[in-house]
Amino acid sequence: MSAKPARAKRVGMEVSIAVSHAVQLARAEAIAAYPITPQTHIVEHLASMVANGELEASYVNVESEHSAMSACIGMSASGARTYTATSSQGLALMNEILFIASAMRFPIVMTVANRALSGPLSIWNDHSDIMAARDIGWIQVFVENGQESFDHSIMAFKIAENPQVLLPTIVNLDGFILSHVVEALEMLDQGAVDKFLPAYSPRHRLDPRNPVTMGAFAMPEIYTEVKMKHQVTLTNSYEHIVKVWEEWGKLTGRAYKPVEQFMTKGAKILLLTMGCLSEVAQIAVEEMRAAGLPVGLLKLRMWRPFPFEDLRKAVGDAELLIVCDRALSLGGPGGPVMSEVRSAFYPLAQRPNILGYIVGLGGRDVAPQAYKDIVAKAKAEMEQGPSQEFSLYGVRG
Amino acid sequence: MEKFGFAESPKYDVYVSRLMPREEYFTSGHRSCQGCGEALAVRWVTKAIGKDAIIAHATGCMEIVSSGLPQTAWMHPWIHVAFENTAAVASGVEEGLKILARKGKLSGPPPKVVAMGGDGGTTDIGLQALSGAMERGHDFTYVCWDNEAYMNTGIQRSSSTPFGAMTTTSPPGKQSFGQSTWKKDMVAIAVAHNIPYVATASPSYVFDLYFKIKKAIETPGPAYVHILCVCPTGWRSATDLSVRLGRLAVETGVFPLFEVENGKYHLTVQPPKVRPIRDYLKPQGRFRHLRDPEVDYIQKRIVERYKDLLAKCGASVPEFPFLPEEAPAEEGA
Repeated sequence: MSAKPARAKRVGMEVSIAVSHAVQLARAEAIAAYPITPQTHIVEHLASMVANGELEASYVNVESEHSAMSACIGMSASGARTYTATSSQGLALMNEILFIASAMRFPIVMTVANRALSGPLSIWNDHSDIMAARDIGWIQVFVENGQESFDHSIMAFKIAENPQVLLPTIVNLDGFILSHVVEALEMLDQGAVDKFLPAYSPRHRLDPRNPVTMGAFAMPEIYTEVKMKHQVTLTNSYEHIVKVWEEWGKLTGRAYKPVEQFMTKGAKILLLTMGCLSEVAQIAVEEMRAAGLPVGLLKLRMWRPFPFEDLRKAVGDAELLIVCDRALSLGGPGGPVMSEVRSAFYPLAQRPNILGYIVGLGGRDVAPQAYKDIVAKAKAEMEQGPSQEFSLYGVRG
Repeated sequence: MEKFGFAESPKYDVYVSRLMPREEYFTSGHRSCQGCGEALAVRWVTKAIGKDAIIAHATGCMEIVSSGLPQTAWMHPWIHVAFENTAAVASGVEEGLKILARKGKLSGPPPKVVAMGGDGGTTDIGLQALSGAMERGHDFTYVCWDNEAYMNTGIQRSSSTPFGAMTTTSPPGKQSFGQSTWKKDMVAIAVAHNIPYVATASPSYVFDLYFKIKKAIETPGPAYVHILCVCPTGWRSATDLSVRLGRLAVETGVFPLFEVENGKYHLTVQPPKVRPIRDYLKPQGRFRHLRDPEVDYIQKRIVERYKDLLAKCGASVPEFPFLPEEAPAEEGA
């Protein structure tokens, strides 16, 4: 075997369409979806692939996202490789069924094109949709560009369907600012994907020759044990996820880590971002470094299971950690990511100061200057002592 | 019906046990109440479905009494996800099986898919998912266990609760005579979806129910069967009267047994003599508070609706000697 990664030529493509090609290459067999902006381009393209015979799959136009996730459960229970995509209100409408999909251990793969939750109604990007679905028991990753969107959409199937894992998986990509941009990316050919991702062979499925009862209810004597099992499985899925990412690295030359580091060497101040905020933050960090500021960047890729150890290691002995959230926990400690990061560091004797900044709500643009402002403000705050729990960057009035 | 030997069946009534399948797919040991009409219906429906089928079930009485982890009363492959989505789950199962069959991943033809839910899970919270599934034309059968209220949560009214009935959320009082709305016509809603097969059935008429389910299963495309299930707990009726009450619902015209095949109505059970509504209401505690004006109102409306149905079925209209005198409309309560 050649050690050379299976390089393919770079093509320019809208990221949504790249995701639909990834789903096609993964040979998804059953798709149930309902239109919601900005996820629509993905499923429109899949529908046309099915219509043209380019993807041998069943595509069901359900009448709501609630039914989309319900139909996905039925599809997965029948033994088919199952995919769907949604955003915002759609994810919120699915909410009830998301918990059941993971508890019943169906390896459904879903793209969430992240969008603000109403109200006021906003079709633009932030992370309030997925943060409201934080505790659904799915594996959740964030991607920051078109190539990552493509790669993770294929890897998600391999992770979810691992018999040691069997958990549904969400790939989060930012709506519009990522989903609707055209980027240059490398695709894989079908042969390489088939080798990487063999056909799905379900451990249990609805089959009259071997009848099983799925979705039985639990009395208090057993509910806690079932939940514990789910918790242990999700936590342990970490090693399987990392293994799949490493394998992908060998195949394509693109390796992924739970927490990515950018210019962190010698950094006293670290910014932490998720999704495509990271792309812009990189520019800002480079410029700040050039100006002599000891700033680095951490990108949190794996959201569930939460990579406690990777994060602690990546932060090292930095003095200040600034967490940039793209969602607000109303009436709470600020940003949901910031509060989780704070609790990840609380047990440590030596920990950085952690400040929370909330940026880019409802499609508000976040330019490189924002990070420079935030770092300057955070430094000033540290000198005087933090004045508030969190700051809403750029808010008027 | 002839196809299944139904026309001859009355001749063989004494041989019933030999004609019907002996296999039990809904096993004993489940926790339904004494006299549960629904459990009786489930037993016969699962027999009619046969072995080669997959069941998706909504949350509700039947799910709760039959599937406490780690036990199950279901011999079929069976899946329960939530309350309002069983038709969507069944859609997914059917589509999944279809694509697996097309890709040669199933040995033999795909199993039949049956969705089941109570009247709340069907006519209220599950109506959207059911409408979507019927409109999309999946090859599946939906069975509604209609016990006319949310019995599992403690007898709250649903849109399928009949006019005048007492439930815990439609109690009679100084300002109320109980349920103030007429029962939602779910069968007409199913018919309006232009699906190939719609029927009503009752476990008090086992042959009729059995062959309707068989027909529904074998009809390609969506089929809907609405089964009236007597609930002694919620109806406040004696547990030994369940089969009798199911018969009275048919004999009084409250719940006529008919089928609609490709839009064509056909009355499958015509009682020799239609009985007055009082015969049906009286054994049920949930109607105990009703006074004559309300009962007369119900009687008139039942007869009107029954006549409409008979006209649709092209059946002869019998006499209704018990109909109350035409009188100026009185206050209902």
